[in-house]
Amino acid sequence: MDLHLGDAVASAAERAALDDAVGPALLATDRTAVGGRAARSRRSLLLGGLWALQRRVGWISPGGLRELCERLSVPPAEAYGVASFYDLFALEARPAGVVHVCDDLACRRAGAEDLLTAVSGHEPADRSVHRAPCLGRCEAAPAALVIHAGERPVEVSVGGLDASALAGLLAGVVPSPDEPGPVVRSRGPMLARVGVIDPTSLAEYRAAGGYEALRRAIELGPQGVLDTLAGSGLAGRGGAAFPTARKWAAVAGQPATPHHLVCNADESEPGTFKDRVLCEGDPFSVVEAMTIAALTTGCEHGWIYLRGEYPLARNRLAGAIEAARQAGLLGDDVAGSGRRFDLEVVVGAGAYICGEETAIFNSIEGYRGEPRNKPPFPVESGLFGCPTVVNNVETLAAARVVLDGGGAATKLLCVSGALERPGVYEVPMPGTTLAQVLEQAGAGPLQAVLVGGAAGTFLRPDAFGVELTVDAVRRVGGTLGSGVVLAFGVDDDLGDLARRIARFFRHESCGQCVPCRVGTQRQVELLDRLAAGRPLGGVAQERALHRDLAQVMADASICGLGQAAAAAVASVLDELTGAGERNPGGRRDLR
Amino acid sequence: MSDEVTLAVDGVEVAVPAGATLLDACRAAGADLPTLCRGDTLTPANACRVCVVELDGSRVLVPSCSRPAASGMVVRTGTERARHSRRLVLELLASSVELDRTPGIEDRLAEYGADPQRFGPDAATVAAAPIVDNELYVRDYARCILCYQCVDACGEQWQGTFAIAVAGRGFDARISTEWSVELPESACVYCGNCIAVCPTGALVPHREFELRAGAAWRPEDQTQTDTVCPYCGVGCTLTLHVQDDEIVKVTSPHDHDVTRGNLCVKGRFGWQYVHVGTTRRAPG
Amino acid sequence: MVGLATVFGAGGGTSSYREVEEAEVVVLWGSNAREAHPIFFHRVLQAVRNGARLFVVDPRRTATAAWADRWLGLDVGTDIPLANAVGRELVHAGLIHEQFVASATTGFEAWVESVEPWTLDRAEAVTGVPADAIAELAHAYGRAQRAQLCWTLGITEHHNAVDNVLSLINLALATGHVGRLGSGLSPLRGQNNVQGGGDMGAIPNRLPGFQDLTDPAVRAPFEVAWGRPVRGTVGRHLTAMFDAMEHGALRALYVMGENPADSEADVGRARRLLAGLDHLVVQDLFLTRTAELADVVLPAAAAWCEDDGTVTNSERRVQRVRAALSPPGDTKPDRWILTEIANRLGAGWVHGTAEQVWDDVRALSPMHRGMSYARLEAAGGLQWPCPSDTEEPVSFLHGRLWAADPAERGHPAPFHAVDHDPPVDGLDAEFPLRLTTGRRLDSYNTGVQTGALSSPLRRGEELEMGAADARVLGVRDGDEVVVTSRRGSVTVPARIVPGLRPGLVFLTFHFPDQVDVNLLTIDATDPRSGTAEFKATAVRVDVSAGARGGAAD
Repeated sequence: MDLHLGDAVASAAERAALDDAVGPALLATDRTAVGGRAARSRRSLLLGGLWALQRRVGWISPGGLRELCERLSVPPAEAYGVASFYDLFALEARPAGVVHVCDDLACRRAGAEDLLTAVSGHEPADRSVHRAPCLGRCEAAPAALVIHAGERPVEVSVGGLDASALAGLLAGVVPSPDEPGPVVRSRGPMLARVGVIDPTSLAEYRAAGGYEALRRAIELGPQGVLDTLAGSGLAGRGGAAFPTARKWAAVAGQPATPHHLVCNADESEPGTFKDRVLCEGDPFSVVEAMTIAALTTGCEHGWIYLRGEYPLARNRLAGAIEAARQAGLLGDDVAGSGRRFDLEVVVGAGAYICGEETAIFNSIEGYRGEPRNKPPFPVESGLFGCPTVVNNVETLAAARVVLDGGGAATKLLCVSGALERPGVYEVPMPGTTLAQVLEQAGAGPLQAVLVGGAAGTFLRPDAFGVELTVDAVRRVGGTLGSGVVLAFGVDDDLGDLARRIARFFRHESCGQCVPCRVGTQRQVELLDRLAAGRPLGGVAQERALHRDLAQVMADASICGLGQAAAAAVASVLDELTGAGERNPGGRRDLR
Repeated sequence: MSDEVTLAVDGVEVAVPAGATLLDACRAAGADLPTLCRGDTLTPANACRVCVVELDGSRVLVPSCSRPAASGMVVRTGTERARHSRRLVLELLASSVELDRTPGIEDRLAEYGADPQRFGPDAATVAAAPIVDNELYVRDYARCILCYQCVDACGEQWQGTFAIAVAGRGFDARISTEWSVELPESACVYCGNCIAVCPTGALVPHREFELRAGAAWRPEDQTQTDTVCPYCGVGCTLTLHVQDDEIVKVTSPHDHDVTRGNLCVKGRFGWQYVHVGTTRRAPG
Repeated sequence: MVGLATVFGAGGGTSSYREVEEAEVVVLWGSNAREAHPIFFHRVLQAVRNGARLFVVDPRRTATAAWADRWLGLDVGTDIPLANAVGRELVHAGLIHEQFVASATTGFEAWVESVEPWTLDRAEAVTGVPADAIAELAHAYGRAQRAQLCWTLGITEHHNAVDNVLSLINLALATGHVGRLGSGLSPLRGQNNVQGGGDMGAIPNRLPGFQDLTDPAVRAPFEVAWGRPVRGTVGRHLTAMFDAMEHGALRALYVMGENPADSEADVGRARRLLAGLDHLVVQDLFLTRTAELADVVLPAAAAWCEDDGTVTNSERRVQRVRAALSPPGDTKPDRWILTEIANRLGAGWVHGTAEQVWDDVRALSPMHRGMSYARLEAAGGLQWPCPSDTEEPVSFLHGRLWAADPAERGHPAPFHAVDHDPPVDGLDAEFPLRLTTGRRLDSYNTGVQTGALSSPLRRGEELEMGAADARVLGVRDGDEVVVTSRRGSVTVPARIVPGLRPGLVFLTFHFPDQVDVNLLTIDATDPRSGTAEFKATAVRVDVSAGARGGAAD
């Protein structure tokens, strides 16, 4: 490509970072040069290259970007457009030390605003504080993510933040990699090893029964695995609840090759942290599960797309992958099966929308994390245009349990908020009601529970008897989604929370389609008007306006973000508009 | 006939060639659906969602401009849901973007009973001053609906120059060069192929921008004449837009085999010499 | 055109633009299409998006070369060694299309013998291109189902232009990459109607329809139509005209829409000769440097927008040109001026419309016969040959070569063994650097037309040189340098660019008022085609005394 690269020069540190991450540019002497297809195929190194710059010097500078563009043959406008898409990449010079303080739902009700107010204006010169959307540490709210760029970057997630801890972080205290406190409150086969074995030890994993499922899968062969899965009735656990066996079979049967496997570990739904717990606490189970999926569906390469706010999970997964390779459980001949499979971790850079499966593909490929239109569906054309299996972390973990002989009868719930025992609960599904979970978790009198995260809805006490299955929750006008149970006490300000949810979606909208890009903006404006007591033409008119926004977003958005962005707000619109009749659930049933 | 697919649109059976879209089928059935982000020389970006229709079996509405028609489909274009979405899309866009130069928009707003004022006087917009950083063309992003056509034409689908891309995210997303540098610092080669596909007048040749600013742009008095470029041997058709015996704009027919609507800087802007030394307006 | 006409009997690109998109391999040889033929390059981009591999052969790593799967940076004027080495590699790799060679060509064995000495190593030594790159090109071209070989002035602006072209045609003959859909030979014409001008017979040995002037059977219909004998002696092309001026055999000249006082190689000589004519008439839009030398200037309308007519592009497509403006002041269309002059010479012509003139041409030119204005307008242009009203135009030429019936195949296409003949302006200690010239995207030829375009890309003329040469010569970016050849000298700011290797420098000819580049170039011309060796001048570069400038510090 005939690139126009400009004059900015990369520093030695930036060049060194890129040497490690992407290597040199393609062959070019003064007599011959290689380009064309070879150049274009380097686009998928862009995300890693941007990370290398960000982690090394704390921002993406013009010189760094130019150097990266030259090495990868990527036009600067494209690379800039990609970098500017992600929250964790800075495009203006800033201190190498950054503290991202979560001001999202669980942390918000735990006092995050006060913490932020206290330090506002008192930041030291070498550190900056930023508000962040949900960091996935809801069980230890309030939480923060500390990132310090440099030759050996520091990235640590800190839970249970208080004023003095925050002050310490600003003063340069480097927290050690945070070992979360008691996080598993209720165990089942998926959480059996979390907090019990050493997550970095393959030997302990195997002693606890690990890699038996893979052995069984190899014995059964792909069709046997598919039959077993189908028999279990396992459905996706990321929110869409698609039958797992059917998805795997669809890819397995695709004549076009190669096939690809992607594990969606982007987990950014406010209130969700189960995938983090699995990746940190039982990383080998994720690797093993992916290996099973790969052998069944004919994939030779897999990607774990992990959100950038999970540094500990990244280390644990990287370690598990390396150990598995050493032990011949990944590589050219997996566990003696004669089949090849290997894995890599791709780190997201701060974009909730990258939890959408087709957005993951674009992100891995080096583009903005914008969802694609479906059809075509990933099973036909996904990552790099190839047939692709995309599964949530928990789905893979559950599939492994099925192959281990366990069935698919449990679900992971992320319980947090106004209760005594926040954490991950593995509960029977079906067979568990919301009320039971709230009681187990030590909840007192509650105003509402947000089920399904920001993309879900608020349920009131009269709906707490609902059984926690996808269908039952839908029948009361809610959505089980990824399994978020976020409890709000009688003193919590639902209006404030609704506004936070509206701002969340406005911030996270990728911007492609009109209903979501403009609709999420209009939703924020509407709620701000209500909060200021200045409704446009009266409350009834605002309710009608919100109904219209919710409908067009649900009907005509490209992806699930837009489709869900007004649902939670709709379910508390009565509180926001002071209407007498409450609307239980509130999500429109479209069919 | 394996080359055709047959489907029902608004209760009427239509047959279209294999590979046609639902929009093609809807038009064949006489349904006049609006489009904004769909360009006739580009693959659809599906961004505006104004062309949505109801498709049996689909939980959500479907963008007709990109969905391939398949035999047996049952499509309804005029349902309450479909019309509602189109109205809202028009309202959301018209409330945030200056649409005064989008052909046919007034009729569509009227057709759907759209009320862009309903979001109030403080509704956020993409208003911004026009960017005049070179003498050839102007970027007027107050009129940009983020349809992605300019990015696609400059980049992957035609020109391969990639001088502009979408930067930022959500409502703050904007079409931009790297670091928002001015066009002369960017990769832009002034081919104007972005202007050729912009549906809202956000990209406009400098001469047109000047004339409009002086209330002197009179399309009703302009002739359009097809001729061939005087420069290289490729032989591109140039449509010369002439007002008062002066070339005020150059385009190329989108359906012409040689150019498909694309030109280079010489064809697009290299006509000024024709006015030098004449009583016609001097360039610049 | 001479090369193609010699081999195939017709002087036009053999494939249509759209066929490029189907090719598996596209070779751009001596072409910077990205900048000189941008909309043709869109076709190449589509091919690339469809999975084609692109090879670019050019001494400079141009914008075009930046797109290549492999760029071959050969020394200026070593195209024949490279082509011959590719040919030899095709032979040795068993990639010859035996059946096509046997049935549709002649002279194969002689060609094989002629390319045998050009081993990959010898080619590397002479061209500078690594052997593996040469082999890669050969194998890709030989293996492809469909391949396009495109060239332009990098091949033809040499003293052995025709041989250069023949060496490329040989490769297409050897692999059967001509005469069928998707495979072909595409010379990209530099100017908008070079093809048309030649097709109309504005060449010293052709009549309209590119017909052979020396053949009495061809002349006969013209004599009937024009009512007078037509001399069958071949005239002079432009270079021969200047030689004739030198010897006093040509004393008057009528120049239409050409600016030889700026565009001729060894332009100092050209200006002397033009100034020495008894009578010079120039017909043009502007008072060019040539017009300033004229005794009579005839102000012409801009043919492409102030008059009607047709032009022909590089895919043999004849298209309508239409008046969109009225000619300003007293300017007149070329057609009107010529008719008036003819009548003052007693010709008694009627002032015909453009369409009437075209119908006259069609009556005498078989390849244009079916191209009435009505048909041209309805179809948006038609490719030749178009011999009748009803026949559909042909996308590619020379399909006859693939016919099963030998009678249909007609004359076999001959291989031509050609040998290396280095550029005439040799390098030596006094003139050690190779200057090559070319175009930029936003300017055109001698700048008469593009001078009025205020392009943000324009930096004025600069001598482009590589970093290594700059270091050795003590030149910094922006310094003014003096460039001297055996014929003249110019002063120009230097610019250091990454795409140039040691020993190679580059200038355009777009700003003769600023940098009179053709004072340097050599008028070493291929007698068969009349093109001068603009691509290869020997120069010396010295820092100009007291002329530090630019962004140096």
